[in-house]
Amino acid sequence: MLSPVTDTDGAPFWEYAARGELRVQACADCGELRFPPRPCCPHCQSFASEWRPVSGRGRVWSYVVPHPPLLPGYAEQAPYNVVVVELEEAPRIRLVGNVVAHAGAPLNSFDPARLRIGARVRAVFSGGLPQWVPA
Amino acid sequence: MAGAGLKDAAAIVGIGQTAFARQLAEDERTLACRAVLAALDDAGIAPGEVDALASYTMEQTDEVELAKAVGFGDLTFFGKVGYGGGGSCATVAHLAAAIASGQATVGVAWRSRKRGSGPRPWTDTAVQLPTPGQWTRPFGLLRPVDEIAMLARRYMHEYGVTRDHLFNVALACRNRANQNPAAVMYERPLTREMYMTSRWISEPLCLYDNCLETDGALACVVVGRERARDCARQPVYVHAAAQGLPAQHHGMVNYWNDDPLTGPAWTAARHLWKHADLTPEDVDVAQIYDAFTALVPLSLEGYGFCARGEGGAFTEQGALEIGGRLPVNTGGGGLSEAYVHGFNLVNEGVKQLRGTSTAQVPGAATCLVTAGEGVPTSALLLRS
Repeated sequence: MLSPVTDTDGAPFWEYAARGELRVQACADCGELRFPPRPCCPHCQSFASEWRPVSGRGRVWSYVVPHPPLLPGYAEQAPYNVVVVELEEAPRIRLVGNVVAHAGAPLNSFDPARLRIGARVRAVFSGGLPQWVPA
Repeated sequence: MAGAGLKDAAAIVGIGQTAFARQLAEDERTLACRAVLAALDDAGIAPGEVDALASYTMEQTDEVELAKAVGFGDLTFFGKVGYGGGGSCATVAHLAAAIASGQATVGVAWRSRKRGSGPRPWTDTAVQLPTPGQWTRPFGLLRPVDEIAMLARRYMHEYGVTRDHLFNVALACRNRANQNPAAVMYERPLTREMYMTSRWISEPLCLYDNCLETDGALACVVVGRERARDCARQPVYVHAAAQGLPAQHHGMVNYWNDDPLTGPAWTAARHLWKHADLTPEDVDVAQIYDAFTALVPLSLEGYGFCARGEGGAFTEQGALEIGGRLPVNTGGGGLSEAYVHGFNLVNEGVKQLRGTSTAQVPGAATCLVTAGEGVPTSALLLRS
């Protein structure tokens, strides 16, 4: 399985995730949330940023169900779901992830046939990665 | 030049291609040389006259290697365009701009690729390029098809686009390939049953929603308007050209701007039509980048052939077939002719305007060619 190859901008996201926290980069001047992380604010061009805790509640914006050919660790779990979740408090902040039966469960532990666009989910954490479970 | 831009200042006067197949024996550099020489021969221009080159950043054949193998003269312009299949039309646009601004006189654009027998870019786990792979790849969103299927699902949900609409795209391309002896899918018809029962690749996209995996190379020759009049072939003018990288765009995982279903096509189209004497209603035939079927209805919306959300319905009643409202991908496209990063769409546009396509649209005088949608893109409006 692939671990995130982090960069300077993204590293804080993964450090918080490893502690079981979902945080999103925000401009420390104008307050706008932004994702993915980047060096400066596209709204006010400020380089001051902070990492703001979010509720971890969201809705499924879209989803796919990959089938092989896939990389080996993923092929073994296919078909599985991958979702894009829009955050409840900031619908334009969207995170890619997986809906699983419970924290730490395999990628294929939630039946894709039960997925719906708009379904409510909440963030859990396993192995440093955020996952999503039905809310 | 102010205001006129590139309008008809340059023309494509030669096209060349190798065979297309799942596997070819020759390497990419050799295939590139063959395609370039074929295009120059078609144009009736000697290699020593070439002074400009353009290709994709993903092109493995270096300008230096190509120049010394084929026997080019002094090169005064060379450039490469990024973002995979988004660069196809831009290669021609860059040559046209170089020629119009006096930096060069004879340009060659090319793409050579062993995609059928070579490795898939997505299997490279050492380099999670681009860097934002950290937000997608660990979760198993691994391949371009997964990334585009995510947009396709949302698109189908918002607008009632169906798998039958996507099938209409696959069928139109296959039907044209069935007329094209050079196509990988020549004489291999597609039926609705085959489509609906084929295996999933990334739901909601199935096998036939995906482009081919092809080895092959193509090239074209671009010269200025005056020179074009003296060439062996009827010139095909670059009437308008554009690139498009929308605000807050994020590559094929374009989920993070305000409106992810309006992609780079919308940006390219605004510039393209602004600098053209033509409108979408004037387009006789279109070559629309089809790495995945879902990109075609999205592009039909982006380039203004129909309103937002109507791209699926546009494909109904044979609209994309010969004789339909807008015949598309008349060589078979990436879905059924060959997937050479969209360069076959450029050359097919030229064939249509020369009147030499294997699926000729009678009297075609204008052709839109587009590059990869979902990534920073480019487009050409060609006229005879």
